[in-house]
Amino acid sequence: MSSSPPPSRPEPKVAYWQQNLMVIGVLLTIWAFVAFGCSIFFIEWLNQFQIGNLPLGFWFAQQGSMYVFLVLILVYALVMDYLDRKHDVKE
Amino acid sequence: MDFIEQMPLIGAAMTATRAWTFGFVTITFMIYLYIGWRSRVKESGEFYVAGQGVPAIANGAATAADWMSAASFISMAGLISGLGSDGSVFLLGWTGGYVLLAMLLAPYLRKFGQYTVPDFVAKRYYSETARIVAAVCAVFISITYVAGQMRGVGIVFARFLEVETWQGVVLGMVIVGVFAVLGGMKGITWTQVVQFFVLIAAFLIPTFALSGMLTDSSIPQIGFATGDIAEKVNLIQEDLGFSSYTQPFTNYDMANVFLIMFALMAGTAGLPHVIVRFYTVANVRAARYSAFWALLFICLLYTSAPVLAMFARYSILNTLEGARIGEVAKSDDDVEYIPVYRVNDEGKEVPIQWVDTWQKTGLITIEDKNKDGILSLKNVDGNFDEVKIDKDILVLATPEIAQLSPWVIAIVATGGLAAALSTAAGLLLVISSSMAHDLYVHFFEPNASEPRRLLIARIMIIGAILVAGYFGIAPPGFIGEVVAFAFGLAAASFFPIIFLGIFDKRMNREGATLGMIVGILFTAVYIILCRSDRVLGFDEPLMTPWFQGSSWIPNGLRPEGVGAIGLALNFIVAVVISRMTSPPPEEVQDLVESVRVPRGSHAPEAHFDETDAEADNP
Repeated sequence: MSSSPPPSRPEPKVAYWQQNLMVIGVLLTIWAFVAFGCSIFFIEWLNQFQIGNLPLGFWFAQQGSMYVFLVLILVYALVMDYLDRKHDVKE
Repeated sequence: MDFIEQMPLIGAAMTATRAWTFGFVTITFMIYLYIGWRSRVKESGEFYVAGQGVPAIANGAATAADWMSAASFISMAGLISGLGSDGSVFLLGWTGGYVLLAMLLAPYLRKFGQYTVPDFVAKRYYSETARIVAAVCAVFISITYVAGQMRGVGIVFARFLEVETWQGVVLGMVIVGVFAVLGGMKGITWTQVVQFFVLIAAFLIPTFALSGMLTDSSIPQIGFATGDIAEKVNLIQEDLGFSSYTQPFTNYDMANVFLIMFALMAGTAGLPHVIVRFYTVANVRAARYSAFWALLFICLLYTSAPVLAMFARYSILNTLEGARIGEVAKSDDDVEYIPVYRVNDEGKEVPIQWVDTWQKTGLITIEDKNKDGILSLKNVDGNFDEVKIDKDILVLATPEIAQLSPWVIAIVATGGLAAALSTAAGLLLVISSSMAHDLYVHFFEPNASEPRRLLIARIMIIGAILVAGYFGIAPPGFIGEVVAFAFGLAAASFFPIIFLGIFDKRMNREGATLGMIVGILFTAVYIILCRSDRVLGFDEPLMTPWFQGSSWIPNGLRPEGVGAIGLALNFIVAVVISRMTSPPPEEVQDLVESVRVPRGSHAPEAHFDETDAEADNP
């Protein structure tokens, strides 16, 4: 990937791409933790706690995870705006 | 609950409902037609991708309407209501896919920026075979999906306007036909924006009302957690021999929940009619924000649906258990039904109107098995003992169950139509673009003039509407199964090869093509064999699910979740084969390099009018 290209080919934006991958990696880890962790694998353990009158795991599976998804996409769009500017690849 | 005990006799209100429904449907259909007329297009760039000038927030609303089908609007709450905690597979499977879509696919596909998903597959894998495979998958997925939508249109018309189902389907076809044929993606986009507002209002009004009645908060997402309905439902459920509503893994085991959820997520991210919506925005940045807007708009419905599901479950259990069963009666138009009554505080029998109404459509059936004149909802093999309620009626019946005004019932019907028509339109466009752009024009008339291309696209969309209409009027028995099929196939075919096409520069033609074929074949064969009783009409399925009786997946690998395995196989085959064969040519590696960077999404070869691109972003 990082081999130096011949001058006629476009310069790969290696740093931009690696930071993009890191952002995606962090956000998708949270995504997987909430969707599969809180809502499936640890749901029974979480159900011993309550949020309002609902078991916590049940709430994550039917409400909470979706709020987290929404925040994750917004954070992604905002961080990428910053990276686009920083690496001067913005349109 | 007083709203259940104060059942007024609403016989007169039924005609009011029909009048309201007629009024709402007429008004909304006029708006759709007007938009179709206003946005009629003259070139195929506008027809396929709306000239790529759609603002992110509008695209978000259009994506939400496109994506939320009759299944989301009409069926999902009913499914969750029946499945309890395990219903989360639909909620998280379908919304979680947007996270994958937003970060792994949408921005890069927008940068690539042609007309269709097969366009990307063909260019990235420098293979016309790959284009054909992708186009055929897209057509298959979309046709099966659209058939279900037209069926939804038929049900709503039959129930609320009391016309024949086929008349409803034909009317729906004509409406979709006008705005899709005239306006293509442009007409569809702006119609979908309006349809989003219609469908979300229709879903939220009864949910808010129900929340206000059953809890101390009329915001359902809050009333859900603060109210005491969950405890009450759990108690009644246990009394009747059902497992408690909030208890997980009572219907699916943990492994199946995981696999189904993952298959639905990857399937969502790989569905062609959703992906193509991200081609219509002005640039890469707008594609990212429009994924956010889309999920925000979708979550308005998806975070309300589980609340509606639980509230409706409560209302049904609470109203019907122990109700009196009357003598068989005949309605005005000679349909037999069995009236049921609730005894109020003064000892008077009050008819439960909505049960009678829906019995006349055959979607609720009552049978007094033990002849004691009392309705019993006890658990018999996972179903209610003496009443059968079709899951699809839950949302449509909720306003009636909650005794809301006739205009609310009418607006829900109108919303159901908006949900079905908006999704149908998006799917028809994918069918048309795959057939006309990827198959016909590309292989048979590559030098076709602009008006000729447009004409072919319009002919294909009319053809697709006729096919969809046929399936709506004479649906094959397996539409429900086939929706799982569509998601599984999208997950096992499109998702991995698009993902690898962007993130693995070394991925080549051989790896992707073989991976796609292995993924699709495995998934399709497993589903067909396990469901051959429904799909092929055999008496018995040809194969029982794998791993049945094993300790980690006691009920066997369900066909709905097999797409996740197909996806994994696709990945493994693609990566292994690609490393054993020669790397992709340099210009393809340059293409990968260029889709990773936002700048320059209006490259000259995209031949779009630059003025269209100056649309604003949030």
